[in-house]
Amino acid sequence: MNRRNFLSGSLRGSLMLALGGVLGAITGRAKARNTVWQIDPLQCTQCGRCATECVLELSAVKCVHSFDMCGYCQLCTGYFEPDPNKLNTAAENQLCPTGALVRSFIEDPYYEYTINEPLCVGCAKCVKGCTMFGNGSLHLQIRHDRCVNCNECSIARACPADAIHRVPAEHPYQFKSRERKT
Amino acid sequence: MAQVVAQRFPPPQFTETGHILPVPTESAVHALWLDYLDATVLIAALVLVSWLVLRRRSRSGVVAVGIFSVLYFGFWRKGCICSIGSIQNLSQALFDSSFGVPLTVLAFGLVPLLFALFFGRTFCAAVCPHGALQDLMLLKPVKVPIWLDHSLRMLAWIYLGLAVVFAATGGGYIICQYDPFVPIFRLSGSLTMVLFGVSLLAVGIFVGRPYCRFLCPYGVLLGLAASASKWRVRITPDTCTQCRLCEESCAFGAINKSAVDAPARPRVADKRRLILFLVLLPVLIAGGIGLGGLAGGALAGKHRIVNLAERIQLEESGVVQDTTDALAAFRANNNSSETLYAEARALQKHYTVAARWCGAWIGLVIGLKLLSLAIVRRRTDYEADQAHCLSCARCYRSCPQELQRLGLPVPETPTPANG
Repeated sequence: MNRRNFLSGSLRGSLMLALGGVLGAITGRAKARNTVWQIDPLQCTQCGRCATECVLELSAVKCVHSFDMCGYCQLCTGYFEPDPNKLNTAAENQLCPTGALVRSFIEDPYYEYTINEPLCVGCAKCVKGCTMFGNGSLHLQIRHDRCVNCNECSIARACPADAIHRVPAEHPYQFKSRERKT
Repeated sequence: MAQVVAQRFPPPQFTETGHILPVPTESAVHALWLDYLDATVLIAALVLVSWLVLRRRSRSGVVAVGIFSVLYFGFWRKGCICSIGSIQNLSQALFDSSFGVPLTVLAFGLVPLLFALFFGRTFCAAVCPHGALQDLMLLKPVKVPIWLDHSLRMLAWIYLGLAVVFAATGGGYIICQYDPFVPIFRLSGSLTMVLFGVSLLAVGIFVGRPYCRFLCPYGVLLGLAASASKWRVRITPDTCTQCRLCEESCAFGAINKSAVDAPARPRVADKRRLILFLVLLPVLIAGGIGLGGLAGGALAGKHRIVNLAERIQLEESGVVQDTTDALAAFRANNNSSETLYAEARALQKHYTVAARWCGAWIGLVIGLKLLSLAIVRRRTDYEADQAHCLSCARCYRSCPQELQRLGLPVPETPTPANG
């Protein structure tokens, strides 16, 4: 038994050294905070995968609105189907499949567009309309109250534009804004 | 940048109403103290299970902690702060100096290994939600034939090698991607993964913990650490009387039989086999390196940059006409194909090197396995195999000495070994 104890002890010692080596190599870069996943709206191509690839039944990705970039247009290309019958809130005129984009009158000729988040599925149809023909103020972001922060984000894996990355939890959002557009 | 140059419509002037622009809301991020809570719960559970298994020798205690782990790490934390997956973060951090690892992930990766060095695989017993879930499912254990058990266990070593290759080269986390139980903990997931998880659990009713024994890459590391553990599961609290009652108690094939009654084996044949396998070991490693070099290209094709570069090359040479979303995104963001090709070439080189190492690893593992099978050890006691024992504490109550110690009725021993 003595020989066996010696062998087991020296194996244990060398494995502890190995663990210490890994620890030493990585601790220098270890951070207190975990990282979170976020979409870079400038890389996003509105492919629609955010709505379908999330591990959650209802995606953690939602549309957000940077109001300071919005033109408050009467004919919002993020809100209306191409060639709408009329510029009103009738469902057949809306681009959003779930009616999550809400249009409200502010003053002539300006309308404000807000997102009813529980309805939003993150399909990016409005984002595409706004980005192609408007100011690009509507964009997608991962909502961290919903995101389960998978070790490997399954939307990131499917994203054709490689727009989803780990970001420090101190700055969990990458909103578009007037300042960021340069 | 393409999207924002076009500020097509001027900002509105709200002269009548003086409307104030709203700002987008930031919903809260998972709080830091919750991360630290996870690490604290992990360490507390490890201490508790180690004490329950090695000192209290209590199976019911292990089951109770197992249920807690399934609820806490499984259904509450959705299986995603997980030691099994953390080895990928650690390997990526080792090979990519820009990749930082949070302290909780570091703790989840290393603390169970440290515990295994002293107390054996108590993490597997009841702290890991994957293991605990399967342990609770095991209702009608059947024995896996020993040759099949040994061969299937090799899968986990190969899986570990591949997972490290993909994580180290930035090609994705395959352990997370093909995790069978996280879709169950989340109660959502792709159909194939849910089916895989459910069928593994169904198999697990009869075959003890199929994921832990045959697939879990972290179990490989834990087994390695546990084989040098300072304290270990001892089936009998006293001296073994060779009563053989514990023989059938292990559902995981982790009890090494005593060789006291075994007939003597011809030594010459054993020696010849040992020499053959010793010669075979370097051959297997060399073969692994060769095959790895061949497989490197195929593995690299899984990386999105290499994949995209290959696709663009096909398009430029006129083989394919249509476009893909990835290609459209690549063009939309005004990237140059030259830098992409350079990146892809560098990645292909990395993959070839990594696949060679992985091949050498697989060759080494198979060679050592054959050697270990050829070495005959004459044990005088029934004892738990340190590397394979999952510390579930099932075997304790099968030992009549243990029953005596607890003051429980001892069943008649039908066939005493030396009788």
